[in-house]
Amino acid sequence: MSFDDAYQALTDHDDDARWAYGTGFTDPLAGVPSEVPPEVDAADLASYCLMLGDDALILSHRLQEWVTRAPELEDELALANIALDLLGQARLLLTRAGQVLECSEDDLAFRRDTTDFRNVCLAERADGDFAALIARLFVLVSWRLAAFDRLTGSRDAMLAAIAAKGVKELTYHRDYAAQWVVRLGDGTALSHDRMATAISAVMPATAELFETHPVEERLAATGVAVDPASLRHEFNAVLSEVLTAARLWPVPFAAGTATYPPGRHRGSGGRDGLHTAGLTGVLVEMQSVARAVPGGVW
Amino acid sequence: MRHEWPLFEVFVRAKRGLNHVHVGSLRAADHEMALHHARDLYTRRNEGVSIWVVRSDQVATTDPGEKESFFEPSGDKVYRHPTHYTIPESVPHI
Repeated sequence: MSFDDAYQALTDHDDDARWAYGTGFTDPLAGVPSEVPPEVDAADLASYCLMLGDDALILSHRLQEWVTRAPELEDELALANIALDLLGQARLLLTRAGQVLECSEDDLAFRRDTTDFRNVCLAERADGDFAALIARLFVLVSWRLAAFDRLTGSRDAMLAAIAAKGVKELTYHRDYAAQWVVRLGDGTALSHDRMATAISAVMPATAELFETHPVEERLAATGVAVDPASLRHEFNAVLSEVLTAARLWPVPFAAGTATYPPGRHRGSGGRDGLHTAGLTGVLVEMQSVARAVPGGVW
Repeated sequence: MRHEWPLFEVFVRAKRGLNHVHVGSLRAADHEMALHHARDLYTRRNEGVSIWVVRSDQVATTDPGEKESFFEPSGDKVYRHPTHYTIPESVPHI
């Protein structure tokens, strides 16, 4: 092989020659049984997949809004990569829910209304600046990584396989976000203030992440789901480590001491379909083409 | 005034046994960020197992004006090429 051409050297000659380079992809769900285990409540399983799938779908959409708006071209692509990873997780989880509900991932993504979505409200929040985005991304993917790490042992084989794929992606997402939290927090006086403001603003909204929904409680009892309340310790450990390095610890708000959205009480959040106006805006845009051209295929 | 990050050159190794190959450049604040950016810019399609980044201003290059004295003397020295050996089909990457 000659190295005159970088792309030629990168070609994986053992694989499909149609692609210039980068082949050998694998299907993370190949051979995984899709039957719902007999002791598991199928409706609960579908609801749980919607919770985790909607978190990823809506956060992905908010990240996509940064494309063409990120401070640097390189970070724009990094955010787009993370958005694509999350979209992939959302597709797998909505497909899993659809196997139970007998509908497609597209039906679930594009033909549900605001109150049908089960994501936490923090996922739908718009970001005022780059620091706000980084703070929100950091807490959401840190929570999600802790949850997926446990879910790799789920009694539902499909959920376990989806989680195993997601753990590697989320580890990188958390690393990316943490690097920026530290860089901005331990940077100039201006970047420190912006990052501190962003972290303080995001903290009240983390309460919802650790409230155990009845669906989660029932599924955790059968070894299918993870009880989010049990993730608090790991989440706090990650938070304190990164925020200490960023000179942002302790945060004026302890994690989850106030509520978001304001006035929300336990059991009336995103997991029950009660959302902020932010989600409506996301859905109007995300679903506009699917609603304008019903059944359209490209 | 907008401050611009320094330029880095990126080298990716596709698999064990191959060389690192120059694939392009990017801007980053430091080496750690450059590795992150290189991963996101140049290994999105399953290309790499290893990445090197080096600051572009640290790379020394040959002068195009000295091309003749640098490279042409090797043009007529066929005995430097191991063309008299037959290379088995199974030997890759020579």
